[in-house]
Amino acid sequence: MAHFPKPSEGSWTEHYPELGTSPVNYEDSISPEFYELERKAIFNRTWLNVGRVEQVPRAGRYFTKELQCAGTSVIIVRDKDGGVRGFHNICRHRGNKLVWSDFPNEETSGTCRQFTCKYHGWRYDLDGSLTFVQQESEFFDLDKDDYGLVPVQTEVWEGFIFVNLDSSNTTSVKEYLGEFGAGLEGYPFGEMTQVYKYRAQVGSNWKLFIDAFAEFYHAPVLHAKQATDDESRKLQGYGFEALSYVIDGPHGMVSSWGGMAPPKDPSMVKPIENVLRSGLFGPWDRPDIAGLDPLPGAVNPARSPNWGIDTFVLFPNFMLLVWAPGWYLTYHYWPTSHNSHIFEGALYFVPPKDATDRVRQELAAVTFKEYALQDGNTLEATQSMIESRAVTEFPLNDQEILLRHLHRTARGYVAEHQKSGTPVDSPVVR
Amino acid sequence: MTPVLPPEFADLEPYSDWCLPTEAERYAKRLASSMDELQAFYDAAFPRLEQILAYLDALPLDDLPDDARLLLELTYSLVNVSFPVEVWRQPRVPDSGAASMDAIVEPAV
Repeated sequence: MAHFPKPSEGSWTEHYPELGTSPVNYEDSISPEFYELERKAIFNRTWLNVGRVEQVPRAGRYFTKELQCAGTSVIIVRDKDGGVRGFHNICRHRGNKLVWSDFPNEETSGTCRQFTCKYHGWRYDLDGSLTFVQQESEFFDLDKDDYGLVPVQTEVWEGFIFVNLDSSNTTSVKEYLGEFGAGLEGYPFGEMTQVYKYRAQVGSNWKLFIDAFAEFYHAPVLHAKQATDDESRKLQGYGFEALSYVIDGPHGMVSSWGGMAPPKDPSMVKPIENVLRSGLFGPWDRPDIAGLDPLPGAVNPARSPNWGIDTFVLFPNFMLLVWAPGWYLTYHYWPTSHNSHIFEGALYFVPPKDATDRVRQELAAVTFKEYALQDGNTLEATQSMIESRAVTEFPLNDQEILLRHLHRTARGYVAEHQKSGTPVDSPVVR
Repeated sequence: MTPVLPPEFADLEPYSDWCLPTEAERYAKRLASSMDELQAFYDAAFPRLEQILAYLDALPLDDLPDDARLLLELTYSLVNVSFPVEVWRQPRVPDSGAASMDAIVEPAV
């Protein structure tokens, strides 16, 4: 009983025949050896989103990003010419971590004129050049020009700051993001500067949490208690069907309907949602800013009047969710081992004009956390049972096409890396 | 006890311990409360929600007087306890086990 049309092949999955339809092996999510290969083949080679330009609004503003998955830490800084630069967070003298406060393993941010190493006082300008060496005359033929900070390829796309740790990479981030990147350009991300960010330690492989957020097949069941009883029964009866799925190279997206903003029937939602006109789908009323109508081409690809949310799964670990009521959400999954990662979720709204706006956004942020806690908690149980290897292959349905694609893409990068033994520039499954 | 809320909302003074500036404090107080306590706070504050917002909307959000800022913080707490009271019937998110999630960035006001 299909509610929305599927491609002529009969399914979204068969529309992309390279994906196949057979059960999927999840060894890629439980093997320590495979994770080590992913670190080399994926996290040291692809563009990784580490933040937003609003985090470095002026010259000297900086933040650090711990990239355990790639075996490094980077500094992102706004230089004196207004550019955004990235450097490995290491002093050239004897390898001390250059920028940190209190705890060397924790991320930090701030403002400075130059970076000064805590160990021996070496100083670096915002462009990375070494400007001061303590007792310079004690060194042997030291040319400061040879000891600048080690740069990391850093590019900005639509205000999102990306780094690529492969110094031989020749693909721009714009090129890497392909048709989704092009089709999202012009969305007013820069207007949405009111931020709520959450972080959680999750005891599962990084791909398992992406799996959880890349399908809505689970939503009517796992989150049944979040709706009123009548609504919950109705939702389980319908099940979930997306409006559309699109796959482009290593990336994918799912476009979904969203009847909750505002709901057709007020009795469907919680009392406070009716008073505040807000909820999981965000404040029900769109902010009055340019750029939301019409929306850029990659959004709502089915051009459905029932459209509610688009979820872009940008390989490897960045998800971007664009909501009909005019706000966006990002997810990041930073692996720390084969069966653990740090999850970050951030909500971005147009700054509130009054207390009502502000409290509406608070409700959306609180609701996000309630859902994410349920999503996150199922994962450790999944991880431990997959690790039992009692079952090794799992049937994925058509609404789980992005999971099939994600695991295939990860395996593809690893296989290509193993085959070539040398870095390649372009995504292997494009 | 010295009143902290605007005089119009004196009836909410008994719940002024819910005037908490951060999500972490609000969530911790929610988890440390009984359902009776959450219900009592909700029953007092929820019927006043529209009046609270009308009062606060007349003031500049980025320059609220102290009593209004505290009233806003109390409103954030009302939002935080709405899930336990309206849906969960328990302070914790069901099926969330030992999972936790920390707010690491939130608006200043």
